[in-house]
Amino acid sequence: MDFSADHFSLFGLPQTFRLDDAGLDKRYREIQAQVHPDRFASAGDTERRLSLQNATRVNEAYQTLKKPLLRAQYLLGLAGHDLDTESNTAMPPEFLMEQMEWREAVAEARLARDLDELEQLHHRVKQRMNSRYEQLANLLDDQRKYAAAADRLRRLMFLEKLLAEIDDAMAALEA
Amino acid sequence: MELLQIAEPGQSAAPHQHKLAVGIDLGTTNSLVATVRSGLSVVISDELGRPLLPSVVRYLQDDVPAKVGYEAKDAQALDPRNTISSVKRFMGRGLKDIAHRESMPYDFEDSAGMVRVRTVAGSKSPVEVSAEILKTLRERAEASLGGQLVGAVITVPAYFDDAQRQATKDAAKLAGLSVLRLLNEPTAAAIAYGLDNAAEGVYAVYDLGGGTFDISILNLSRGVFEVMSTGGDSALGGDDFDQRIFCWILEAAKLQPLSAEDAHVLLTCAREAKEYLTQHGVAPIRARLNSGEIVDLKLTTEVFTEITRTLVTKTIQPVKKALRDAGLTVDDVKGVVMVGGATRMPQIQRAVGEFFKQEPLNNLDPDKVVALGAAAQANLLAGNRAAGDEWLLLDVIPLSLGLETMGGLVERIIPRNSTIPVARAQEFTTFRDGQTAIAIHVVQGERELVSDCRSLARFELRGIPPMVAGAARIRVTFQVDADGLLSVSARDSTSGAEASVTVKPSYGLSDDEIANMLKDSLAHTKDDAQRRALKEAQVEAQRLIEAVRSALKNDADLLVAEQQSAIETAIAKLQAAMLGEERRDITLAMDAVEVATRDFAARRMDKSIRRAFAGKTVDEIGVISESEDNKHMGEHA
Repeated sequence: MDFSADHFSLFGLPQTFRLDDAGLDKRYREIQAQVHPDRFASAGDTERRLSLQNATRVNEAYQTLKKPLLRAQYLLGLAGHDLDTESNTAMPPEFLMEQMEWREAVAEARLARDLDELEQLHHRVKQRMNSRYEQLANLLDDQRKYAAAADRLRRLMFLEKLLAEIDDAMAALEA
Repeated sequence: MELLQIAEPGQSAAPHQHKLAVGIDLGTTNSLVATVRSGLSVVISDELGRPLLPSVVRYLQDDVPAKVGYEAKDAQALDPRNTISSVKRFMGRGLKDIAHRESMPYDFEDSAGMVRVRTVAGSKSPVEVSAEILKTLRERAEASLGGQLVGAVITVPAYFDDAQRQATKDAAKLAGLSVLRLLNEPTAAAIAYGLDNAAEGVYAVYDLGGGTFDISILNLSRGVFEVMSTGGDSALGGDDFDQRIFCWILEAAKLQPLSAEDAHVLLTCAREAKEYLTQHGVAPIRARLNSGEIVDLKLTTEVFTEITRTLVTKTIQPVKKALRDAGLTVDDVKGVVMVGGATRMPQIQRAVGEFFKQEPLNNLDPDKVVALGAAAQANLLAGNRAAGDEWLLLDVIPLSLGLETMGGLVERIIPRNSTIPVARAQEFTTFRDGQTAIAIHVVQGERELVSDCRSLARFELRGIPPMVAGAARIRVTFQVDADGLLSVSARDSTSGAEASVTVKPSYGLSDDEIANMLKDSLAHTKDDAQRRALKEAQVEAQRLIEAVRSALKNDADLLVAEQQSAIETAIAKLQAAMLGEERRDITLAMDAVEVATRDFAARRMDKSIRRAFAGKTVDEIGVISESEDNKHMGEHA
């Protein structure tokens, strides 16, 4: 195993956004079964340290590929588009306006303690995200338009954050 | 071809020799030790055939060894000051962390790091007391197995923080045990159940003990036990159900305020009634009190269910949250494993069954299942399983880890429910010109403010070469190992200065605190956001003041006296606004400072341009002004 390779190579997967989820899970477990510290619990110091490093690396790679947002960001990084360092982060006003409306809806539902409404919002945001991820897959894998993909990804970051807010609101109401 | 075999310590030269390893459930009330015999996990009983060891230690005078277990428990009334029970609650805690300490019979001693108890045998730390229990279990196992142990897996509540885990590990070392792994209790239960039943799919472990509640969601798939999320409410357990019955008795029998002794009698009655109701529809409650009053009541299952309904509901909230953290719904859960004596209550069984829309799994003894799972894990870690017969456990950290940044805010580095081992690095920078040291403060918890999280460790990175604010690059790496223990290292990439600590925290979190911190973090999400905004404004304001002060120091000659005093006045107003709670006031006062310094800034710009033309390029000036816009702490590289 080459632990210095990129995340995709580590799991023997092609560098694409569309992912063989089951394949990733399977490979992850196979690799962890070999490198995990539990396999080296009674080994020497050096082996134990190495195992800790490798298992940590495999966990990081797995988490990155498993989450679509991180996976897309990672893919863009591999293609030389580092989202963190790009300065052009201005979003179109209509997108921002829509985000504000979503957020107000969440705040209202939260104030009204309307769990059903929050569930609805969760569902709608999730649907929106799914179709955006479809577009992203198309831009990354088929058209290889990375600048446009980066733009989509930034929008998805807003939506992921929104979804987390809705989930937090639901948890707060249940508590 | 065996000429020479050199074995590492703890590693046998003969690969197929069975190594003696045990699993230990170090419980609040009782402890157990188990091992794998002929492929089966079994609890090792004492010479009288008793599987449990009461977690009680009695210290004696004159170098007489301490008594542990039943003998100590029986002496509790006789010698309360020297007989220590429930020591698990003190592990990794400071004196102030211990709830109800005034009602405990112990002579506590506050000490750096962890509380201690004064006994006839001297001052004892919780680590030493736990070590007595562990030593007794080790000796029991070695006598039964006929040899020295290579190691042990010791279980801890999933919600134990770094300090509590570290204290547990220290106790094991003190007891002469080599710790193969610290294992989360619900995970241990899942292993026992999963191996026993060749289970596949998503399982929930519902663990209601005497004083704590843990919930874990696991995915079991072809020999891999993957913990997807964990949660809980550590201020909730079987004891709370006793308390409810106790209150009901007071009300139903119309009793006057009780003496401590009578209260103890009724609390025992309440516990007995609770246990009786697991098998019967009605429990008689009879007692004669010291006051002469006679209590004669009947508690029905219906009434018991009614008075404990809110407690049962309270266990379901963390379950919902754990499911959401795992990204799953009730329909994804294939089975619910019940752990802990308190899950014997019928209303718990019913509520869990209703929530998960299925009968909970009760085919393992809820008192023993944790120790049995730990034994299986110990056997695996000791290398006793043949290749192909192996399984793998992937566990998570229960609470988020973070660093303190300016203004008392938490920069979250590793979120809760991250699979371990895990490492995360973050870059930080200096706040002031010429700053040569950075204090690193590590915290654990879900809230946004440092003051609401548990402080784990503080250390300092020194030797940063003096630079302008924001120029240094400090890379801080958090590493959580497979025991859930944290180490932190920091490196200044400009100078190569390095600092590293294995977090040996001064205090642990109380279970209550952990549970409350989680609850609070949800209830205060909005509150936090506002406070965060306020804090950020305060930090920004402080930066502005320091920038202006530094400019005044260097270039005061560019100003006439009135201008300077106008600037000072604006700064004073801003400082006053910073003390208040209104973000808007701060923002307005900052605007005022900027207006007051506009002319000054222009003059300084002229001066620096002149200076630039004298030897530097315009580009460099551009870089300086751009860096003004960078956020200072907690910024990604």
